[in-house]
Amino acid sequence: MRRVAFWAIPVAFLGFFFVYPVVTIIGRGLWPGGHLDLSPVGGVITDPSLRGILWFTVWQAAVSTVLTLLVALPAAFVIARLQFRGRALVRALMTVPFVLPTVVVASSFRALGFGPSTTAILLAHVFFNVAVVVRTVGGLWSHLDPRQEDAARVLGATRLRVFTSITLPALRPAILAAASIVYLFCFTSFGVILILGGPSRATLETEIFRQATQLNLETAAALSIAQLLATVAMLVVAGRLQGRSDVAMDLQPVTDTARAVRGRGDRGLLIGVLVSAAALLGTPIAVLVVRSFDTAHGFGFDFYRALSTLRADSVLFVPPVEAIGNSLLYATAATVIALLVGGPAAFAVARSRRGGALDVGLALPLGVSAVMVGFGFLIAFDPPVDLRSSWVLVPIAHALVAIPFVVRIAVPVIRAIDPRLREAAAVLGASPRTIWREVDLPVAARGLMVGAGFAFAISLGEFGATAFIARPDRPTLPVVIFRLLGQPGAQNFGAAMAASTILVALTVAAMLGIERLRAGELGAF
Amino acid sequence: MLEVRGLSVRYGDALAVEGLDLSVADDEVVCVLGPSGSGKTTLLRAIAGLEPIAAGAVLRDGVDLADVSPHRRGLGFMFQEHALFPHRDVIGNVAFGLRMHRLPKDQVTARAHEVLALVGLDGFERRSVRELSGGERQRVALARALAPEPRLLMLDEPLGALDRALRDDLARELRHLFERLGVAVLLVTHDHDEAFALGDRVAVVHAGRIEQIGTPADVWRRPATEFVARFLGWNVTDSLGAGRAAVRPDALRIVANDTLAGTLTSTWEGTVLERAFHRDHFLVRVALSGGNETLDVAIHDAEPPTIGDTVRLAVDADGLVPLLD
Amino acid sequence: MSARRLLSLVVVVCLGLGVFATSASAREPVTITLMTHDSFNVSKSVLRAFTRSTGIKVRVLRAGDAGQALNQAILTKDHPLADVLYGIDNTFLSRGLANGIFEPYRSAALDTVPAVYDLDARHRVTPIDRSYVCVNDDTRWFSDHNIARPTTLEGLARPEYRGLLVVENPATSSTGLPFLLATVAEFGDTAPGEGGWRDYWAQLRANDVLVVDGWEQAWYEHFTAGAKDGDRPLVVSYASSPPATVNKAGTSARAGTLLESCFEQVEFAGVLRGTEHRRGARKLIDFMLSKPFQEDVPEQMYVFPVRDGAVVPPAFAKFAQVPDDPLTLSADLIDENRERWIREWTEIVLR
Repeated sequence: MRRVAFWAIPVAFLGFFFVYPVVTIIGRGLWPGGHLDLSPVGGVITDPSLRGILWFTVWQAAVSTVLTLLVALPAAFVIARLQFRGRALVRALMTVPFVLPTVVVASSFRALGFGPSTTAILLAHVFFNVAVVVRTVGGLWSHLDPRQEDAARVLGATRLRVFTSITLPALRPAILAAASIVYLFCFTSFGVILILGGPSRATLETEIFRQATQLNLETAAALSIAQLLATVAMLVVAGRLQGRSDVAMDLQPVTDTARAVRGRGDRGLLIGVLVSAAALLGTPIAVLVVRSFDTAHGFGFDFYRALSTLRADSVLFVPPVEAIGNSLLYATAATVIALLVGGPAAFAVARSRRGGALDVGLALPLGVSAVMVGFGFLIAFDPPVDLRSSWVLVPIAHALVAIPFVVRIAVPVIRAIDPRLREAAAVLGASPRTIWREVDLPVAARGLMVGAGFAFAISLGEFGATAFIARPDRPTLPVVIFRLLGQPGAQNFGAAMAASTILVALTVAAMLGIERLRAGELGAF
Repeated sequence: MLEVRGLSVRYGDALAVEGLDLSVADDEVVCVLGPSGSGKTTLLRAIAGLEPIAAGAVLRDGVDLADVSPHRRGLGFMFQEHALFPHRDVIGNVAFGLRMHRLPKDQVTARAHEVLALVGLDGFERRSVRELSGGERQRVALARALAPEPRLLMLDEPLGALDRALRDDLARELRHLFERLGVAVLLVTHDHDEAFALGDRVAVVHAGRIEQIGTPADVWRRPATEFVARFLGWNVTDSLGAGRAAVRPDALRIVANDTLAGTLTSTWEGTVLERAFHRDHFLVRVALSGGNETLDVAIHDAEPPTIGDTVRLAVDADGLVPLLD
Repeated sequence: MSARRLLSLVVVVCLGLGVFATSASAREPVTITLMTHDSFNVSKSVLRAFTRSTGIKVRVLRAGDAGQALNQAILTKDHPLADVLYGIDNTFLSRGLANGIFEPYRSAALDTVPAVYDLDARHRVTPIDRSYVCVNDDTRWFSDHNIARPTTLEGLARPEYRGLLVVENPATSSTGLPFLLATVAEFGDTAPGEGGWRDYWAQLRANDVLVVDGWEQAWYEHFTAGAKDGDRPLVVSYASSPPATVNKAGTSARAGTLLESCFEQVEFAGVLRGTEHRRGARKLIDFMLSKPFQEDVPEQMYVFPVRDGAVVPPAFAKFAQVPDDPLTLSADLIDENRERWIREWTEIVLR
């Protein structure tokens, strides 16, 4: 009974809010006149320009992934293994870029002087994804028993040898997982490419957006099918790779493995990581904050005050300040939805042999891209399935993007629940239902809460889907920022910077909340 | 109280427990002794209903438990490494079983305090189980299992991870507790001392079967099979003129050549291969001449021979037990 | 947090959201919404006069550039976001009409508009203003550098203008598309190698033309007479752009227009199907053809009125030259080929 519910909720949600819209898009693209017409797909496949787009999509994602790993692995080590003051804060701050809205980051890169270029795209991708590697790899790293490394050292292995023959193989599953996620994100990157790529650099994702907004549904659908196939293939391959290297490991509580900074090597690494993190991750945010106060007549709150009024010539429909309330409301609703769907899904994935399929299914909206989700909503929830005027669509779209995170974060926690805890509860008289309520749920709650924090932050910053479905009278902060940035004039730019700063502040607050939860609990059992 | 009849439990292709019979009377403490992998834990899990059984039956007071799910069996089970609930404090762990039995809240609290006092943990109620020492965790686990007043308490390596001195103390406490509570106990361990100290009866298991069952004195003095003898540290030999027999190391003595004419009926010559100091005695391994057998000899008082010495061994008849298998 | 507390929190949040949602759907009856592009502007006084005389308040919903506004109107046609759409032009007209987003209305004021601008016989849309997408040049830059100003489209491909022109991407810009259409009208839709628009754009590419996403970027970031530190003295903009570059004395404009390069754009407004305020929507259309509004558009949006006899401001009259014989293409021809031309253009110029 419970098993069925665990499956039914996510499957029904996914079916109605993802599969149905996607099928609608494909139908609209391939059955334009009520009969099958494959020529758009054929046209796309034989089109040399698509091959160019596909090639660019593939290689920029690959280079971005490698660069991200190079930057993030030392950082993961420092945060996982070295004790220093403010470690939790540094970890929280490193996570912030990941949930920052792409529009904000991309424009702050431009404010830093980057013109449209591949370099800017790659840098922005590193900026966004360092957190993925630090979290995934660092999480495992801090749980690895350092005594294995000590043992290898005593047996005569050099530090390098220890790293390559002990540490690296142990980290392999996490590195593969992180790399595949980063690759997927870069593959489906949207805002960054759109803003930092200029007109001549296109990925599948931006091309789908361009075609869809020009109402070229056939072409957009054909491109979407290509993207869908690529994404599914990647998820399956990543799942295989991780499954193969999923070995039981001697995991230790976090507190045991971090050690004091010792020797010049450690100190150098620590300082190097902190300085480069501050430079790479801090500068764009700093520029943004500074410019939000940098008014025509000195530093002040003018741009912030401007957010509360609606000028006659404004491109906005409501005073920007309303977007803060909207964003918070949507984020709260999206978080609740993500928990109600992602929680059962996490249990289904963790506890069932076929859970992997559900995991891939739930990750699809993320892979297929928020743009497609939003576009699908736009055309699928027209009459007769009439939800278009409902504000709930926005948080549902956000939840679709956030659920994979909730699941991915909660599943390891659920899997780590010692089965003997459940047996102990059973022997003490707890029925299966009671065991779930008394043991599984409380122990998994921490993981779910961390997932909820991510869902909240993701919803705050989500842009691709929102751009399609947010009604002009209820915009979110990223939409407001994007609209303001698209307009000339220092006033608009300043207001955009002020709104961005508020968004960053909200996001940082959510991340710090997660960090508090994590510091208290995860890894302690 | 508890009766296990012809129990078999399958693990993959192998049988972890094979046709095992065992009973525990009211007030009785039965210790199941065996090396790791002998099926001890599986036996307990099967009795608790946590492991599907391939054949045989588990009966409580004559009633077959086959269709009774684990949470209705009313057994106490203390897991190896305790399996304490990490998200609950000490009293939350202890009160868990009471709450499951839907006791009124005030009774739950009262009983939990009572049991905690019983195991010597007054004042630990609000402590997190994560900050407890090994001994304290062990006591919490015991209190948790005892709280709902089960008539049968099963303990899986209750003293397993503790250090020697602590084990001895806790073993003594457990013994007193069992006597006081008058509860039937089924305890599994790999440690002879623990089994012999705690059990009214000891069952030695090997490869899913009971090799021998009896009082501690019985088992210790008369190992029935080669496995039991070896597991208890006895020599097994064909060379002492009693057929296949087990001989206790301290039933073997090194005798001087000139006493040969005295009381002893027969002696054997051999060469010292190893010697090791064991707290209150030396253990000397001797290779018998004219064969390839070795015997371990415990030397309590005399100065032990050195490696390479040729020695002469005599055996006390009451330390020599013919083996049945 | 216990499961029960979590559950109750969920319930409370859901209830709260529900209340919020229902209260938000209430509407003010006398307000109508005008959906338009980001460049829309009207003088406060003019709009206030309309509200005073009709009692109708107008809320302006700017929805991106002209193409985006139209597409959003099409995508939301079952739940219209607005009562009136303004800003659809002849390059996208057929798309709007084919999607059935407008309901017919013939304003009496249409009699004051030359028939040449009235492109829909069924009056689903009403012409409001016209403009000419042209290449503008920074006259001061050319005299400073002693280079002759270009006069024809063809000339832009010549070596002396190498690296000087910035254009908008026709795929993303409602300024870029008319300019592409201008080159189609000028050079013809012939196969590569036969001197048609494709060959022309290949030459422009070879001549280092810069492509940006939108007009704002081109004008405010690259055009030497529009941006603080622009790098391109030639930009695709409007015949009505030079008045924006008039000096303080009002005696001269820094930007000039290549009259040979101009493509005529007519902007329309229409009542959106499904409006709950049909009367108000119609009144707004009437108002947009009225003299106060028509005479307001040149200064507010740098476009020309369509109404006969509407007086344009002096700076406008002086510096915004109207080409005698602008380039045009029929709306049907545009509609038939728009996507293909854009795709081919992307291939030729960007890849």
